[in-house]
Amino acid sequence: MERVELADSLRQGQALIQQLEAESGVTLTECYQCGKCAAGCPVAFAMDYTPRQIIRLLQLGLGEEAIKSHTPWLCASCQACYTRCPREVNLPRLMEAVRQEARRRGVIKEKNVEIFDRAFLDSVKRYGRSHEMGIIIQSNLQSMQPFKDVMLGPPMFFKGKISPLPSKIKDVANVKEIFARARAKRGNKH
Amino acid sequence: MKYAYYPGCSLEATGKEYNQSAKIVARQLGIELWEIPDWSCCGATAAHNADHLLSLALPARNLAIAEKEGLDVAVPCAACFNRLRAVEKEVRESETMRATISEIIGTEYKASNTTRCMLDVMVQGVGLEKIREQVVKPLSGLKLASYYGCLLVRPPDLTAFDDPEDPVLMDNLIEVLGGEAVKWPYKTECCGGSLSTVRKDIGFRLIYEILRRARDAGAEAIVTACPLCLLNLDMRQAQVAAANNDKLNLPIFYFTELMGVAMGYAPKDLGLTTHFVNPVPLLEAKEILRHPATRRETA
Ligand code: SF4
Ligand code: SF4
Repeated sequence: MERVELADSLRQGQALIQQLEAESGVTLTECYQCGKCAAGCPVAFAMDYTPRQIIRLLQLGLGEEAIKSHTPWLCASCQACYTRCPREVNLPRLMEAVRQEARRRGVIKEKNVEIFDRAFLDSVKRYGRSHEMGIIIQSNLQSMQPFKDVMLGPPMFFKGKISPLPSKIKDVANVKEIFARARAKRGNKH
Repeated sequence: MKYAYYPGCSLEATGKEYNQSAKIVARQLGIELWEIPDWSCCGATAAHNADHLLSLALPARNLAIAEKEGLDVAVPCAACFNRLRAVEKEVRESETMRATISEIIGTEYKASNTTRCMLDVMVQGVGLEKIREQVVKPLSGLKLASYYGCLLVRPPDLTAFDDPEDPVLMDNLIEVLGGEAVKWPYKTECCGGSLSTVRKDIGFRLIYEILRRARDAGAEAIVTACPLCLLNLDMRQAQVAAANNDKLNLPIFYFTELMGVAMGYAPKDLGLTTHFVNPVPLLEAKEILRHPATRRETA
């Protein structure tokens, strides 16, 4: 990370920190930095900041730095940290909130993750169900790796594991409404 | 014993055999499954990565249908189970959330019903003794690593049916089926979910560690209750092994498939022939399939 003027960033960063606390329901001061979360995180080896460090950044008011991190994009939401945290800090929810704010700002640190999630939700919106082949094809195409996993296609198809056509539910309209209403409500405290 | 049944998207596609075997075994155990009509996707990880309210509303739509029918919900997929429980808990604990979710899904949802994962329904609902009575082809000599993964048992305030660090339900089930549950340290490690698609470098490492540790603990196969875990451990196994200059050849079973085998159903009827690592030779080598009477699925 670059050099930061701590006092200044503390002042400026407060709004963002409060927003992340509200969205995630996490009180940052609860964390006493024991590091148990980082020790058990299966993805920590690939993260630029460990889960504990993400919290530390936020405690220091350095939300901007956390938003630029790959960590929230790589979190698999496996719940190991939350399960083990002696202070019951809901880190997966916090990661979620940081990632959502990063997305709102257009800071996409893991392009493939974003493409996959979008393809998944598009499928749910369109069919009411997720359609694995559609998602894999769509995300591979958009990530410019159209042939990635292509070898897995034919055997899966052969084994009847992926269907050429998605199954569509009858009341897709209801699912579309759910997307629209959830979106309209976002921003409300919850 | 009657439940609303929520199969979830994976069980219609890559997890077909989980659906097949769960239905067969449920019937054998006298569990009546009423499939939620016109059920929709629970939103999985993608929804809660995107929007918290959406991630609660999508599963709630399905739970509301079951609630109107006055039924608790049985769900095989560990990931769906986790999402369904998440909304159940939030709605039950907050009047505001109940109102918000009901408004978003366009119908009342009070969370008066409960969601249980299929493992819990069978092992604790029906009970091990009843299951034991149905065993005609014991899994004798079969060494199995029970793999719970993350979302089935965590976080405990959501899942609440087994120990989050050292769960035992599947191990107990294996013993009742006549197999041997090996002790191993990766029972509840995460397989990385979609990381094997979006960040192969990370996903493959997680998968390899799980497979390797199961083998090193002496397991001849792994048992799971999650279609995402099975997809990663089975479909990706050849790629993962090759990337690590290793040979693994570890069959991956759904617990319902092994129950079906022990209850005498034919591997084909249970969907075992659709796995990437063919588990049938192992069952044959152990002479598990050799016992008399094979039940045939006729429904
Ligand atoms: S385990 Fe909990 S208290 Fe310890 S560092 Fe992580 S979040 Fe903080
Ligand atoms: S939930 Fe995320 S941060 Fe926590 S242990 Fe799992 S991968 Fe790591």
